[in-house]
Amino acid sequence: MLDGTKAELTERTALRINPAKTCQPIGAMYAALGIHGCMPHSHGSQGCCAYHRSHLTRHYKEPVMATTSSFTEGSAVFGGLANLTTALQNIFSIYNPDVVAIHTTCLSEVIGDDIPTIIKKARDEGKVPEGKVVIHTNTPSFVGSHVTGFSNMVTSTIKYLAEKTGKTTDRLNVIPGYLDPSDILEIKRLLGILGVSSILLPDTSGVLDTGLDGNYTMFPKGGTTVEDIKSMGDSFATIACGHFASHAAATQLENQCNVPAGFLELPIGLTGTDRFINAVRQYATIDIPEAIEEERARLIDLMSDLHQYLHGKTVAIAGDPDHVIAMTQFLVDLDMKPKYIVTGTPGQFFERRIAEILKDSGSNATVKQFGDLFEMHQWIKNDPVDLIIGNTYNKHIARVENIPLIRFGFPILDRGTHRLFPTVGYTGAKRLIDEMVNALLDKKDRECDEQWFELIQ
Amino acid sequence: MSEFEIKTVTGETITPQALKEEMLKIYPAKTKRKREKQILSNDPELPPEIGANTRTIPGIITQRGCTYAGCKGVVLGPIHDIVHITHGPIGCAFYSWLSRRNLAKPVNKGDTNYLQYCMSTDMQEEEIVFGGEKKLAQACREAYALFKPRAIAIYSTCPVGLIGDDVHAVARKMSEELGINVCGFSCEGYKGVSQSAGHHIANNGVFKHMVGKLDMTHDNPFSINVLGEYNIGGDAWEIDTLLRKCGIHVVSTLSGDVNYDQVCSSHTANLNVVMCHRSINYMAQMMETKFGIPWFKVNFIGAAATAKSLRKIGQFFGDKGLIDRIEEVIAAEMAALAPIQKDVTSRTKGKKVALFVGGSRAHHYQDLFSDIGMETISAGYEFAHRDDYEGRAVLPTIKIDADSRNIEEIHVEADPQRYNPRKSPEQIAALEAGGFTFRDYDGMMKQMKKNSLVIDDISHHEMEKLIAICKPDVICSGIKDKFVIEKLGVPCKQLHSYDYGGPYAAFTGAANFYKEIDRLTSTKVWKFVVPPWKQNPELQATMAFGKAAAAEDLTPKRSMKAKNVEPAEEA
Repeated sequence: MLDGTKAELTERTALRINPAKTCQPIGAMYAALGIHGCMPHSHGSQGCCAYHRSHLTRHYKEPVMATTSSFTEGSAVFGGLANLTTALQNIFSIYNPDVVAIHTTCLSEVIGDDIPTIIKKARDEGKVPEGKVVIHTNTPSFVGSHVTGFSNMVTSTIKYLAEKTGKTTDRLNVIPGYLDPSDILEIKRLLGILGVSSILLPDTSGVLDTGLDGNYTMFPKGGTTVEDIKSMGDSFATIACGHFASHAAATQLENQCNVPAGFLELPIGLTGTDRFINAVRQYATIDIPEAIEEERARLIDLMSDLHQYLHGKTVAIAGDPDHVIAMTQFLVDLDMKPKYIVTGTPGQFFERRIAEILKDSGSNATVKQFGDLFEMHQWIKNDPVDLIIGNTYNKHIARVENIPLIRFGFPILDRGTHRLFPTVGYTGAKRLIDEMVNALLDKKDRECDEQWFELIQ
Repeated sequence: MSEFEIKTVTGETITPQALKEEMLKIYPAKTKRKREKQILSNDPELPPEIGANTRTIPGIITQRGCTYAGCKGVVLGPIHDIVHITHGPIGCAFYSWLSRRNLAKPVNKGDTNYLQYCMSTDMQEEEIVFGGEKKLAQACREAYALFKPRAIAIYSTCPVGLIGDDVHAVARKMSEELGINVCGFSCEGYKGVSQSAGHHIANNGVFKHMVGKLDMTHDNPFSINVLGEYNIGGDAWEIDTLLRKCGIHVVSTLSGDVNYDQVCSSHTANLNVVMCHRSINYMAQMMETKFGIPWFKVNFIGAAATAKSLRKIGQFFGDKGLIDRIEEVIAAEMAALAPIQKDVTSRTKGKKVALFVGGSRAHHYQDLFSDIGMETISAGYEFAHRDDYEGRAVLPTIKIDADSRNIEEIHVEADPQRYNPRKSPEQIAALEAGGFTFRDYDGMMKQMKKNSLVIDDISHHEMEKLIAICKPDVICSGIKDKFVIEKLGVPCKQLHSYDYGGPYAAFTGAANFYKEIDRLTSTKVWKFVVPPWKQNPELQATMAFGKAAAAEDLTPKRSMKAKNVEPAEEA
């Protein structure tokens, strides 16, 4: 397995091998699914849409609906105006969504299609029914990563829809980041305990985690409603989780509607969750209920109980930058040693922020933005680690190097339940500890000499 | 025998025309005009002309993918000992990285299986603006320095065509510089109307740049290529094992679990049998013209179909020993399969299935379902052409439209040295006189029942309507539809990935499939969909145990004795 990967490191300037990222449009599609009644629309060749829907479906194991402009050679030469206009007419006639959220692809970006002009023309021609919303974002695949595409869609949604009436509401905006529906539910549960009324954008809970009851609705109950998105401009504050996925949208809202923004990291792990809870406390001027402190104490109790199994363990982490940053912080909280820290998404902020987190930890890590899993594997070959944390694409490295893999982030394609259990909040932190400790102990139990195979540990 | 009829959920008969109207009525006029050509009531005697291989309508939720997916993802991607570099932004390489289940096992332990690697030029804005040829050349050099592969295949993605990078020029230059075979494929996603264009582009490239590069001889005269078999879930391995048992040698499988040398020497086989007609018929044709290798269509999906295909291969070679061995193998395999088939059929007989997938599976799998008494009410391909529906007889009547014209038809001539007709004209005439057919695909429709519904490139809306009106017992489709279908309470069997099961080819695979369909149609999960309080809302709740049983269960043993002493109390 991965027999072509050798320990010797060579400089690569052109060849990406085993990426730790994918392209912008899939992130935009995912973000758009977090708007209630929204049909994401991919303006480009139909293969993009097919690939994105397939991959999102493999991760969420739920229907993922999206439409495409189905470019052919003619549209590539003459532009996508006709295709997008036809698409809009068909989408509203057949599927009748409240919102169509268009994102571009590398093809339509290179052609230079002017989406707002096409939307306006379609409206003028009556292809967009009265009262229906059409928004768009530009997601050139040759810039950034899927996280950038996610951020662009959230930012554009706010740009198109958020309004300030001048009457501030008692609601707090939360831009939660590129999270699973279970994470969104957990954040909402925490906000419920804190007694804070909120608007989350995007909110894929109730969209990509629906049950099986014999019915199918193309636009399920979940998702942030257009009405709520509009009123985000009147909320008293915004908390944005994640520099790469969420901060741009909060900045947009701050500039557009003067809603004060708090820039946080993902509420993953102890410190991440503490900061989130504390920020909500400060912005909403509330006292923290005992129930939250009890949850927190249970996590601390677990950290204390299992500290011996995690302390000093070395870790390779790869994935999306906001996830990796938050996870690195949590590993430091657990006195573990993050050793190789990689994101495929470009952005110098990543390396700077990781360096800050590791400053006093004594961890001498190799950190890389715009990196890939091939190189991380080479580092591991040179000097191994105790654990790998990342998405499914790390499973080959884990197997060939005999290192347990903790599946974390997007996408997880080979296990069915990760999407259902949050990694955010104190609850999510407990689950992460559970997975890490069990993986290490399972390995020990499987491999240790018999005299060291113990009943109690 | 009674006439075939499509039934609704409530058991009434619905004509295919009425079903079609239900599907179409929501569409805007122009969309309706296009879609109605792609939905037909079947007549196996005289299949009506179907609209196929035409543009997907923008805004329709389609199953289809792109040209790149057909070229790199399907046909070339499975060659496991060469480096595949996708030239473009990262997405296309990423999504085609191990996402198809074309399993591969390197020849020797320790050989690199390149399918585990995703390689891309990861184009950035700078290359889009200033051109990506330099980066592509450098990527080839880096791949060669790291891996020393036998060959490198380069795949163009959408923006590459638009910015005008010449991947073929880079490939030629790199071939010279590195001294290995480097070939480019202009499979930009927007070419053609579906994956199908990519298959054709891949066939052309493999034929031009690989086939015929390695001459070799085979001791076994019964040497064949299995074309259009991609080893999804290990199917090619089952077919290979079966053929070996019969004494037939597989030179190469295009392109399931195939290595570069096998591709390059495929012209040395004496026969091409074609599984997936859509994706590889070009190759079969070109190899016949250039090297004189005859071809015919086979199907190793389904026990009856497998037996028929084996017999046809035997008849082609016309060797008594081979024919006898094939009969022995069929008899042994059928005997082993029969009890499973019988057992499963007792539960599946009469159940209804609909299949919407690919360019051949929606046809092939009808054979497997018919093995276990299940009836196909509706079927259609995702990206096939008219000949895959109506049979190759219609080929001369297919109009070449602008999208098809974009795809190169390469001119092939007989190889001056190596053209060697495997059968003489007399032998061919004798075989044909006995009813034997070459270059023969009759298509899906001739095998389907009269008045079943054929739907090309089914849309999401049409699928929903089909389920709402007919609710088949099983639907075969792909990952994008799977969970929609299952939310509606119908089990869905993915026929692209096999839901990570399989193999389903040959007799052993057929057993796996029968059991899988038995599982899907008998699982309790669908019965749990409606909660008890919705099944009988007016009735009083019942407990898991009767009152007496509950009391007994909870009574400690010591008082059991007491109860026995005083039975009268209970009465």
